[in-house]
Parts: sequence; C-alpha cells; structure tokens
Amino acid sequence: MPDTTEFKEVVRPHLPWLFGLACRLAGDDAEDVLQDALVKAYRHYDQLRDRQATAAWLRQILVNQVRDRHRHAARHAEEVPVDQDDESTSLYRRLVDEDPLPYSDSLHLDFLSCFTIPDVWAVLDDLPDHYRTPLVLVHMYGVPTREAANALGVPLGTLLSQLHRGRQRFEDALWAYAEKHELLADRQGAL
Amino acid sequence: MISCADAVQRLWSYLEDELTATDRQAVDDHLAFCRRCCGEAEFAAELRHLLASAGEVSPPLPDDVESRLLAVLDTFETFDDAETADSADQPGGNEEVQRDS
Ligand SMILES: [Zn+2]
Repeated sequence: MPDTTEFKEVVRPHLPWLFGLACRLAGDDAEDVLQDALVKAYRHYDQLRDRQATAAWLRQILVNQVRDRHRHAARHAEEVPVDQDDESTSLYRRLVDEDPLPYSDSLHLDFLSCFTIPDVWAVLDDLPDHYRTPLVLVHMYGVPTREAANALGVPLGTLLSQLHRGRQRFEDALWAYAEKHELLADRQGAL
Repeated sequence: MISCADAVQRLWSYLEDELTATDRQAVDDHLAFCRRCCGEAEFAAELRHLLASAGEVSPPLPDDVESRLLAVLDTFETFDDAETADSADQPGGNEEVQRDS
C-alpha cells in the first residue's frame, strides 16, 4: 500500500473543490461519496503516473463514485431515456414573445440578472440527476464533453443529448422559478 | 445554409468551441444574416456565463469534514498489504495511460 502521508499531501490541496463538487453532485451524501472516492484513489494511487493530472484523476474517481451511487439508488438509472427532442420554445423566444419586462431595453440580460447564485443552484438541484450531472460537470466545472462522457460512462452522443435537453429543462425551470418567486415583479419595480 | 433549429442546436457547442471547422463556419454564416439567432446566441452566452459563475462558488469544506476524510486513510496503515489487495474495483480512466516501455 502507498504511504498515507505522501498520499494525503497530494490530495489535501484538492479537498475543498472536490468536496464542493461532491456537494453539487451528491447533496447530503457528499461526505460519504468523497470518502469512498478517496479510499479508492488511495488503493489505486500507483495508477497516477503524472502528478499534473491529479485533479482530473481525482475528479474522474469522484464522478465514478457518484454515478455508482445513483445507479444503486435507481437500478435502471442509466437506462433513463433522454426526453424526445420536442419543439419546445426556447427561453429567449419566450422572453421576446411574452415581454415580461416591458420597460427593459435588454430584456434577456435583465431577466438573467434577477437570479442570484443560490437561485441558480436551487433551480439546478430540482433537475433529474441525468440532466443535472452533465450540466454541472461541463458548464459549471468546465470539464470537456469527451472527458465528462468518459467519467459518466456514456457515449459522447448520449452526453451531448443530455446536455441539450438538460439546458432546455434548465431554461424552463428558470422561467417557472422566476414566476413562483416573483423575481420579475421585484425587477419591474426596480426598472 | 442551415436552419434556425440547426443553428440553435449547435449554439452551445459553438460557444464551448467544440464544433468542427465546417460546423463552426455554418453557424457563423447563419448568424451573419439571422437576427433572431443572434439574440439566441447572445442569451446563450449570458446563460453560460451565469452557470460558470455559479460553478465558481463552492460550499466551504468544514474543518471537521476534512479531518474525518483524512483520518479514514490512517486506518489503512494498520492493515497488511495482502489483506487489502482488492483490485476488483477499477476507477477507470487513468489506468489506460501506457506503462513505460
Ligand atoms: Zn436563425
């Protein structure tokens, strides 16, 4: 087994962002998932040949762990089909058509500025795992799509579909959230 | 010329710079004449920025969580190598790196 002191020195600087990512992907199970991932990383430490790749290596192990846990929770989770690509109206189109901020000169930008970072996370947290996880990895943590597909164990085409549909769902959810929390009403008052 | 639907479908890959040169050119050509899709592109860029900003805000790692995470590793030092030689659960990915030949 590798030397634990050396291993700890290598992983310690990565713990804050790993824990953050674990919280985003696994919610209340974050600590357990990260714990399991660290144990796995320790056991396979000899596979890390390039120290420069430590972050990507740890991220992949963590994502694998999250994926396994989701599969365990919902045995057929990986078989959940991506919704058919319907002709749903884009959020931009909806904003232009419905014009909820009639006094705004830059409607779409004003709409998005209604959302705080906690609002964005609240909206994301309500999405199903198979949409939220790709969105978080690719658009929030900047993981390249090919690497995200590899980490999630799905073909690249599947990941791209999940991202596309996930963004549509996210846009729909932003609109619903804004209505429910009356974000636009507050904004109208400010304009 | 690609349709608006095709252009919108490719917008995010366009913004992520993950399109082939041909596809990228097709989107550029479309945006050059389609005002509606320019609006879509501007909105997508802003939405992408909002998502990335949210990604930069991490929940803090509490000291006690860090301690617990690292403490578990200490328990491994009490085991012999043979006892923990379970290599059934491959984490995947990095093991594909070639060994020095
Ligand atoms: Zn167009």
